Amino acid sequence: MSSWLDYTINGLIVGNVYALVAVGLALIFGVSRLINFAQGSIYLVGAYIGWVAVVQLHTPLPLTIIVVAATAAVVGLILERFGLRPLQNSVRIAPLLATIGISFVLDQLVMLTFSPNPRALPSQLPDIRFQLGGGTIGPLDLLIAGVGITSALLLFVFLRYSKLGWAVRAASQDRDAAMQMGVDVNRVNQAVFGIAAALGGVSGMLVGMYYNQIDTAMSLQATLKGVVAEVVGGAGNVPGAVIGSLLLGLVESYGVAVFGTSYRNLFAFLLLVVVLVLRPNGLFASARQAPPEPLTGTFIAPSRPVRIPRWALAVAAAAFAILPLFPVSFYVLQTLINAWLLGMLALSLTLVAGTIGQVSLGHAALLAIGAYTSALLSLALSVPVGLAVIGGGLMSAALGTLLISPSFRLRGHYVSIATLAIGEIVSLVILNWESVTRGPIGISGIPPLSLFGYDLISPTSIYWFSLVVMVALALLQGRLLTSHLGRSFRAIRDDDIAARAYGLSLNRYKSLAFIFGGFAAGVSGGIAAHLYSYINHETFNTQQSILALTVVILGGLGNVVGAIVGSVALVGLPEVFRIAAEYRILIYGVVLLLLVRFRPQGLLGTI
Amino acid sequence: MTSAPEPLLALSNVNTFYGQAQVHFDLSITVARGHIACLLGGNASGKSTTMKIILGLVKPRSGEVTFDGASLIGLSTPQIVRRGIASVPEARRLFADMSVRENILMGAFVRNDRDAVAQDLDRMLTLFPKLGQRLSQRAGSLSGGEQQMVAMARALMSRPRMIVMDEPTMGLSPLYVDRVLELIRTINQEGVSVFMVEQNASLALEIAHEAYVLQTGRIVLSGPARTLKDDPRVRDAYLGGSEAA
Repeated sequence: MSSWLDYTINGLIVGNVYALVAVGLALIFGVSRLINFAQGSIYLVGAYIGWVAVVQLHTPLPLTIIVVAATAAVVGLILERFGLRPLQNSVRIAPLLATIGISFVLDQLVMLTFSPNPRALPSQLPDIRFQLGGGTIGPLDLLIAGVGITSALLLFVFLRYSKLGWAVRAASQDRDAAMQMGVDVNRVNQAVFGIAAALGGVSGMLVGMYYNQIDTAMSLQATLKGVVAEVVGGAGNVPGAVIGSLLLGLVESYGVAVFGTSYRNLFAFLLLVVVLVLRPNGLFASARQAPPEPLTGTFIAPSRPVRIPRWALAVAAAAFAILPLFPVSFYVLQTLINAWLLGMLALSLTLVAGTIGQVSLGHAALLAIGAYTSALLSLALSVPVGLAVIGGGLMSAALGTLLISPSFRLRGHYVSIATLAIGEIVSLVILNWESVTRGPIGISGIPPLSLFGYDLISPTSIYWFSLVVMVALALLQGRLLTSHLGRSFRAIRDDDIAARAYGLSLNRYKSLAFIFGGFAAGVSGGIAAHLYSYINHETFNTQQSILALTVVILGGLGNVVGAIVGSVALVGLPEVFRIAAEYRILIYGVVLLLLVRFRPQGLLGTI
Repeated sequence: MTSAPEPLLALSNVNTFYGQAQVHFDLSITVARGHIACLLGGNASGKSTTMKIILGLVKPRSGEVTFDGASLIGLSTPQIVRRGIASVPEARRLFADMSVRENILMGAFVRNDRDAVAQDLDRMLTLFPKLGQRLSQRAGSLSGGEQQMVAMARALMSRPRMIVMDEPTMGLSPLYVDRVLELIRTINQEGVSVFMVEQNASLALEIAHEAYVLQTGRIVLSGPARTLKDDPRVRDAYLGGSEAA
């Protein structure tokens, strides 16, 4: 084991890299009250531009840095101009969703251009190490520290002494008042997105050089780490973001020193959850700061939902029920089974995100909990599969609600961050809790679905089983929404302060929503585990969470029928058009972007 | 109306909507060059929205807004500010984490004549002597009355032809209310036209030349402030029991 000084140096260097990402996030949050989930994608783009410059164009290091910063800045400007500016007068959830869509599109474009295989990114610096006290430090460490400190100084001078810098500061404190001083907020937005992108891009390049490896998985990790650092420092607080980043780097580095590499991210997300719960305004915010954003009414797009008569729904359900009696291919049934499973997840998410307004970005974790519970119950305890699936649903309901409950007092974008972090934590616990989950090896040999002792192996029986379960959940949820409870959920979504003033307990209703939603998602995960017969910690990933979110928005937030229609559409249409797998995620991203821009209320309307 | 000089600001037949709800019904207001005009009205009468219309923060569905003869419709807020309208927003809206000096200088954001800006800053300190000792303090740490002074100094820094003020006396102690009114008069005497929105009718009518009374989006009374002050309808509606802000 190397010395503590080494771990400290490593923590500070990694912290510097995080700071470059987090400062950009803080600038953007300051001006737009937006968490830019595409920040990691720009970091990814920076890394690959760096690779092109170093490996193909053989540029010298200073030029590489300039090229990366400039190209990334241009990407940031384009993103702001065409992705976000059109949404300025849109509902508040729109820009958040747009950055998620943009991040999917950018990541996939990079992957399609450069292939998903990792590449080496040489640092162009001599490979020597200097002794420093009891530790060692290399030229690359110094470069990273130098870039970090230089950027911080430049940013300080910009904010303090330039006119545009003053405009940025004024706009981040009071946007309307800044406009009344003659500040052009669009130019301010451009400036912060350009700066954030340049810093993020350089950060990606430096990380690539540090590990001498780049791949497309870097993107999400960078966004997550940047968000953690930024929130720890206090959202929108630029110096706070720097300190939060260094702190995060140190916590991770010491965590790795004590527990091992696979615990790195777990520490990052635990730090985030602890800060969100204890000091949601960050470590350095003074108490006077008002809650970041009051949620009133305009969070989701208001609309009049499309009314579909009951008999039409009954006819549609009957038509799908008798479909296997006709000579349809195995492939069609398989596709629809996937749609029904996704439909259950979408029902869960449309309740949580749409009806009660808690936009969850970690919903796949509920699938994972249900899947592992059901698999382990049937394998280790020989519980009949039918009961095990229900057990999975119950465990998801209980554990999911328990995990999210500390975040019940958060609002708006913070809920999304918390759910994203909790989703990552679930996946990391599965990875590290080897005695129960078998860690990275995963669980294989999961018994097939069975009911009352009869194995459901034929596609037709699986099809009917999943259809019946989904319809039952949908009916239950439809009943729930028309009841008093459904009204209370929507009241909390539309104005939580008013809801509280009328005596609604936020904790109780949010718990109820997550219990119901957790059960539906857990059942879906449980069924999936028995269908796949093998699962591991990556089976249920963030991509699925975002896919579910796209489905829910496509159908109309809160809309039960919409959730199912959206699932069939997003699972079915790529199959109909035979779209190659590597383009699918790209298409989901584009669908999300187009929806947010042109039909935020979805196909069937929000409820 | 009596022989007022030609109007500097004119709103004519403005209709404004928030979604389905109509806020202004054929609103017409003029502010004469060099005058103080005030808009009176209770809660939810559409006063603040009128301010927002002038500043381009809200777009009317129909009607015309002109400043010095040129239309403001379709211009962005920064463009309108550059035309010579400065604002003292409701509740002052200072940049709380910037210093008092930075706040005042933000008012000169649209100007590029550095030396003259520095001179104007000195002038503000003679106009608002109290701010001199507070220059490097965080603006958020000042008292309400002091913040109002900063907001007024900030507005003057753009050398506006007109200042629009949203409830400048709201939440101030009686001492500061008098001081603010006096300052508005001083500013006006230096040639700046003033359009102010107020709930406190008796105070506003004391310093205004013309006044308008707005009720649920319609102008129900208008005329020289002196006549309105004695108008029984204003008396009944506002002067008797002026609502708390």
